[in-house]
Order: sequence, then structure tokens, then C-alpha cells
Amino acid sequence: MMFLDDPAAFFLATARDVFPVLLFLVFFHLAVLKRPIPRPSHVAIGFLFVLIGMALFLAGLELALFPVGRSMALQLVEAAQQSGVTSWKSYGLIYLFAALIGFSTTIAEPSLIAVAIKAQQASHGSISPWGLRTVVAIGVALGITLGTYRIITGTPLHWYIMAGYIIVAIQTLFAPKSLIPLAYDSGGVTTSTVTVPLVAALGLGLASNIPGRSTVIDGFGLIAFASLFPIITVLAYAQLAQWKTNRYKAKLLNQ
Amino acid sequence: MRQSALTPLMKAFGTSLLNSGRDLAPIIGVVVLFQLVIIDQPFPDLVSTLFGLLLVLFGLAMFVVGLDLGLFPLGESMAESFAVKGSLTWLLLFAFAIGFGTTIAEPALIAVTQEGAKAAAEAGLIPSTTESLESYALGVRLTVALSVGAAILLGVLRILKGWSLPKIIISGYALVMLMTIIAPKEIIGLAYDSGGVTTSTVTVPLVTALGVGLARSIRGRDPLVDGFGLIALASLTPMIFVMGYGILAT
Repeated sequence: MMFLDDPAAFFLATARDVFPVLLFLVFFHLAVLKRPIPRPSHVAIGFLFVLIGMALFLAGLELALFPVGRSMALQLVEAAQQSGVTSWKSYGLIYLFAALIGFSTTIAEPSLIAVAIKAQQASHGSISPWGLRTVVAIGVALGITLGTYRIITGTPLHWYIMAGYIIVAIQTLFAPKSLIPLAYDSGGVTTSTVTVPLVAALGLGLASNIPGRSTVIDGFGLIAFASLFPIITVLAYAQLAQWKTNRYKAKLLNQ
Repeated sequence: MRQSALTPLMKAFGTSLLNSGRDLAPIIGVVVLFQLVIIDQPFPDLVSTLFGLLLVLFGLAMFVVGLDLGLFPLGESMAESFAVKGSLTWLLLFAFAIGFGTTIAEPALIAVTQEGAKAAAEAGLIPSTTESLESYALGVRLTVALSVGAAILLGVLRILKGWSLPKIIISGYALVMLMTIIAPKEIIGLAYDSGGVTTSTVTVPLVTALGVGLARSIRGRDPLVDGFGLIALASLTPMIFVMGYGILAT
């Protein structure tokens, strides 16, 4: 464990990662905008916080989230193989775990909550924040579950993603225009800094413990599923909301 | 004097701790449920896991407080200034730089590229020395950062010119599919995943500020419609670039 062996080197490595960003911000400010840095002491303290926080976070990932993801994968695969039958159906617990992790982490995701409130404003109230959050969470749960199914069966990743893209392309033709950029973005914001490492470790752990799977070829892809499926569910939800509004309007006209 | 400067900082840290706790709580809940009810076994390495979770909790909280205190105000005021300044070259350069810079500092990306390097070493694609692992992880990270820079540049051009987002995204999808055919199959999974990894803690707030500021400063643009879409582009281009990296590297 690098952090426990040599904390100084660990902080130094992190500093090397973050320093270019600070340098670039300061350079643009002084050289291009030709303005003094506002409140330089705040910037300095903030930068120090970022540095220490990132080093602790990365160390914590190594100690906790990665091992948890891997050991859950290992234990669930062992539990599935005890029954002796190893078709994809015997991995039911893994699908349940994947779906629960996907749903629960997404519904509580702060950046999604912020996007959901903006979506309500953009749609003039036809999209409720809770509705959007639930729909995105269902999308992520579906995505990660299907992703684990793919790892277990060892089928090629790009077939699934390609099918997903085709569905998105067709939906785009029919969805209300103003909500399309929002739906596309919702795919990107769902995968938080805490969820990504856990889900990545789960995928790699599954691929290395299921016989016949290669970690590089089969182990990745869960995050891709988790980013693609919310787009589909949000576009579907937007269409449904539009259809409901139209039907309501038609009803009013008929009366 | 000192007291008054520290109190808001402690408050911000408290809020941030709550937020990272909320991020972690569902994960802990689901894992504990499975461990106790279904697997019915004590958790392996409980002490080091708990210690690691504490590090994640405090590390993430400090990271976010630091961003809010120092880097975001700086970045946001710059994004707004560049959006209204009117020099296209500098605006595009800034757009590229902010995409590149924020992605380099994205903690989730650092973690995932390291895992990717380990997996590549296990598969025998690269020698499993610390040096080659690090250079592989850094190579992927720089590629992803370049691609996010390119995405934000393209996204800003889109907002300025009023190009249709769906057309760009769908042609991007088509390009992803073409690249998938020629890319070495070991890189495809990592490439697809890197799209989702890029857009979290650091990138989203800064990039959103740029997009919304830009859409607000241009006449006839709706910040809610035109401001969105940058994230979508930033999740698309890494797939294309990382597969390109895979093709060039072999």
C-alpha cells in the first residue's frame, strides 16, 4: 500500500497530478485576462485542501472501495458456483447486487439532483425532479445489470452498446427537442466519483473469477452501460410526459 | 479575525462531509445487506476497509471544499469573462484547456486508468513493472484529457454556431462503431468506460459554468437548452480517442 509505506511520496504524486490545473488557471488569469488573482489566499488554501483531499480519497479507494468491489464479486461468484450448474441463470444474486448498487447510488447522487431541478424548469413542470431521478436510477440499474450479464456470458461489449446507440438514435427522432441535450447529459452525470471505482472493481472482479473470461476484454464496460441506459430511459420518460400532456390538451379541446 | 474566517470553512466542510456520506451510504447499505443476509459471512479485512472508507469520506469532503474555495470561483469567473470577451481564438483555447485540465485532475479517472493498467499487465499486454504500469495509465489519462479538451472546444463551437447536438452525437456514435471494428479488442472495454469516467466531480461544474455563461451571453440562445450538451460530448470523444490510442500503440 503506497499511502501507508510512504505518505510523502504519495502526496507528491498527487501534487504532480493537480498542479498543472492550478498553473493553467493562474496563467490564463494573469497573462490572458490580465487581471490580478481574486483572493489569492483562498485559492492557496483551496488548492491545499484539494491536494490533501485527493490523496486521502485515492488512498481510501485502494483500501476500501476497490477491495470491496472485488471481494463482493468473488463471494457472489463462489456462491453461484456452489450449486454446480453454471449457466447464466445461476448468477441471480449478482444481478440483484448490480441492480441495487446502480439504483441506490444514482437516486442519492447530488449532481443528478441539481440537474433534475433544472430539468423541471426547462420542461415547464412537465418533468418532476423525483420522476427524473427515479427514471435515471432505473436506467443505471438496468444498465449495470445487463452489463454483468454480458460479463457472465462473455458476449462482445460493442453489440450491446451498438444496439443501445440505435435505440437512442430512433428515440431522438421522436423525443421533444428541448429535452434532448438534457437526456444526453444525464448519462454523463450519473456516474459519481464514488460509484465509478466500485463498479469498475466489480466488473474486473467478476471477469477474473468466472472461468473463461479475460479481465481486459470482459472486465470493463459496466460504466459504459451505466452512462448509456439513462439516456434511453430519460428519452422514453420525456416522450411519455409529452404524450400525456398532449392527450390532456386534446381532452380539454373536445369538451 | 481568525475565528470568523474559520467558521464558514468548518460549515462548508460539514456540508461537504454530509454530501460525501450520502454518496457512500447506499453503497455501504447494499454491501452490508448482502454480506449479512445473503452471503452470511463476516466481512473480510473489516478494519482496513473501515479505515479506507473514512479516508474516502474525509478525502472527498476536503477535495470538494477545496474546489469550492479556490478553484471553482477562479474557473467560473474566467469562464464568464472569456464567454463575453469576444475573442474566438482565446475562447476556444480556453475551452480546450479547461477540458484538458479538469480531466487530468479527475480522481475517478486516475483510479480507473490504474486498474486498466493492472488488467493490461495481467493479460500480458504490457510488462508488469511499476514503470510500464505508470506510463500506460498516464498515456490513457493524457489521451482522455486531450479528448475532453477537444469535446469542450467542439461543444463551444456548437453553442456559438447553433449546430444541432443530435447530429453531432449520432455521427460520433457512428465513428465509435467504425473505430470498434479496427481497434485492438483489449482496449475496447477501457475505451467505452473512459467516456463515463471523465465527467464527475471536477469537470461537470466548471464545464457547465462555461456552457451556461456562453449561452447566456449570446442573443437568442436559451441557457437551459444550449448550455447542456457539453457533458454529452465529453462522454463521447474519450471513446474515440482511447481507441485511436490503442490503434497507434500497437
